[in-house]
Amino acid sequence: MSKTAYINARLLDPATGLDTSGTLVTDGESIADFGEKVKAPKGAKTIDCQGKCLMPGLVDMRVQLREPGEEYKGTLESAGRAATEGGVTTMVCLPNTTPVIDDISVLEFVARRARKLGLAKVYPYGAVTKGLAGEELAEMGMLAEAGALAFTDGIHAISDARMMSRALSYAANFGLIIVQHAEEPSLAAGGCMTGGETATRLGLSGIPAAAEVIMVERDIRLVRMTGGRLHFAHVSTSDAIDTIRAAKAEGLAITCDTAPPYFALNETAIGDYRTFAKVSPPLRGEDDRQAVIEGIRDGTIDVIASDHRPQDQDSKRLPFVQAEPGIVGLETLLPLTLALHRHEGISLLDLVQRMTSAPGNLLRMKEGRLAAGLPADLLIFDPDHEWTVDAANLKSRSKNTPFDTFAMQGIAVCTIVGGRHVHSLID
Amino acid sequence: MNQGDLQTRFPHRHLLGIEGLTPDVLSLILDRSESYVEQNRRADKNKSTLYGRTIVNLFFEASTRTRTSFELAGKRLGSDVINMSIDTSSVKKGETLIDTAMTLNAMHPDVLVVRHGASGAVQLLSEKVNCAVINAGDGRHEHPTQALLDALTIRRRKGRISGLLVAICGDISHSRVARSNIHLLNTMGARVRLIAPRTLIPSGIENLGVEVFNDMNEGLKDCDIVMMLRLQTERMQGGFFPSIREYFHFFGLDYEKLANAREDALIMHPGPMNRGVEIASEVADDIGRSAIREQVEMGVAVRMACLELLMDNLPGDETS
Repeated sequence: MSKTAYINARLLDPATGLDTSGTLVTDGESIADFGEKVKAPKGAKTIDCQGKCLMPGLVDMRVQLREPGEEYKGTLESAGRAATEGGVTTMVCLPNTTPVIDDISVLEFVARRARKLGLAKVYPYGAVTKGLAGEELAEMGMLAEAGALAFTDGIHAISDARMMSRALSYAANFGLIIVQHAEEPSLAAGGCMTGGETATRLGLSGIPAAAEVIMVERDIRLVRMTGGRLHFAHVSTSDAIDTIRAAKAEGLAITCDTAPPYFALNETAIGDYRTFAKVSPPLRGEDDRQAVIEGIRDGTIDVIASDHRPQDQDSKRLPFVQAEPGIVGLETLLPLTLALHRHEGISLLDLVQRMTSAPGNLLRMKEGRLAAGLPADLLIFDPDHEWTVDAANLKSRSKNTPFDTFAMQGIAVCTIVGGRHVHSLID
Repeated sequence: MNQGDLQTRFPHRHLLGIEGLTPDVLSLILDRSESYVEQNRRADKNKSTLYGRTIVNLFFEASTRTRTSFELAGKRLGSDVINMSIDTSSVKKGETLIDTAMTLNAMHPDVLVVRHGASGAVQLLSEKVNCAVINAGDGRHEHPTQALLDALTIRRRKGRISGLLVAICGDISHSRVARSNIHLLNTMGARVRLIAPRTLIPSGIENLGVEVFNDMNEGLKDCDIVMMLRLQTERMQGGFFPSIREYFHFFGLDYEKLANAREDALIMHPGPMNRGVEIASEVADDIGRSAIREQVEMGVAVRMACLELLMDNLPGDETS
């Protein structure tokens, strides 16, 4: 077996709170040893990290792949390359492909294609309901046996209360999590940004911010009733975060994540109808943005995910109301999150935890931590390196980012999946 | 751009909205419009100042009066005017928009007059073309020439805009006319009230510098101008009010409610009117108080001024 020693690294492992300078040794596909006193074994290939951070590769629990079905927007390969460019070694993908991942065969197709590509790992979510139609439960148990980590109807809220209660109950048989897009659809219908002064000024129909907390409150009651496990995706409002905070204090099995657009931007980014700033849920006001940051700081928000949602030009070069929502996020997840360390004083280890061990633990994966014997899915990153986003240079096939020309700090220097350098600026 | 320029030139390439225009610029347009009112009343209405220029009326949404008004305005200034109505029922509306913009741009028009059902669509189109663009109404965002013709009507009847108390009544939510008028009237120093049922008041609008009333009798008190809006049932999904009968009962303008306004209050409506829905016929047709027909007349003059001011900024031929 070939051994590699990563020396002079700042080792970070949020699962154990490790933050020390030292060496990490991989043996083939796995981590062999790491620590302050570990020495490079004889004959091992040596890589000098020059004091940069070495940590578990990022686990991104909300990614839309677009393959199968919408390969013109993105493929497993383009997402895989975007992921490794951004330091993500594991993606958990939504089931809203065509066909939908509501059937073992589709799930196995995606998993097999991703394995063959050998870029970032891909674990799919299974659909909660067949065809994501919200009417009939998908074969959750069998999908779980085939490798589905959790269940979600993706970009659709499970809006029918009875369906949600059944899904929570049934998933609890298998100890599985339901991931909910918390937005009351009847309030969101026809809306394209958060309701309020800006929407009124622009003449755009608004979605009341309360559409989020209304669904969160209902679902929390359903969790109390059913004893299920529930995770809210991309939470974005102060009210929803407060409600989730209280539910957690009560001891309910409730978790949530957010995505960089909700703490890096507010609705002023829409400016004069910039469709690249159209997302779902929509960007919020400044108070909500601040509440998201506080939620990350105090741990109410368990996970930060990219919410990678590729859209091609034809889906975005439209009047705002007609444009598709979404931002490609894999390549900017790390630097945008690190900005919270520099500007908001949230500890580096806490932020890293939200993108590694937190999603790993939540979805009961082995990824997201450093331990001897685990797969060598690693990231060497330079938290100080400054660079500028150039949308045209993104690896993602779709380039829909509102962060084009933004100055970033922090970059993935080397992304390692199963011991292989799949992206590297140092080799 | 120095102060002197401001009074004779329109300082923007396009006219996309009222928001952001200064009192000087608004006065410039109104003053220029004024000069055309007389001309339009003469037997010989035509000038040739825009001879050789091409104006394209690009309407993605049905319109009779605005389109005709722009067409007349262009022709009276001697330019060629082409009308294009685009069917928006096709599924890929947006592709049509950008593609049409590119196609038209290649034909070198001087001014595009655009109406579109989606807010921001005219701005998007203006970013793709080399000519000047006039917004003839985009979704529920802005309809600048309507606000300007309303202002001209008010100014001619009342001698001023500043200090007047103006009530805008009805379907504020779906109205681009309301938004443009709020910006214009506030900029020119009028006080603006909005009167509508809560379901037709968009959230946060009070931050635009207006007072909101949900009771028409209360809201109309002491108003100098009563501006009624058309109930845009075609843009409404789901019930905003229970019935036309109930709407008229509480929010339709009749003489009883009008009695709360000043005796010399002027009644306006951007048209087309729904008689018996937002306004009683006898009020609409009251020659002494209704300025509705005058608004239409002012529309042509205002659009002549806007076309001319935008054309003034276009490069001419070097040989001429």
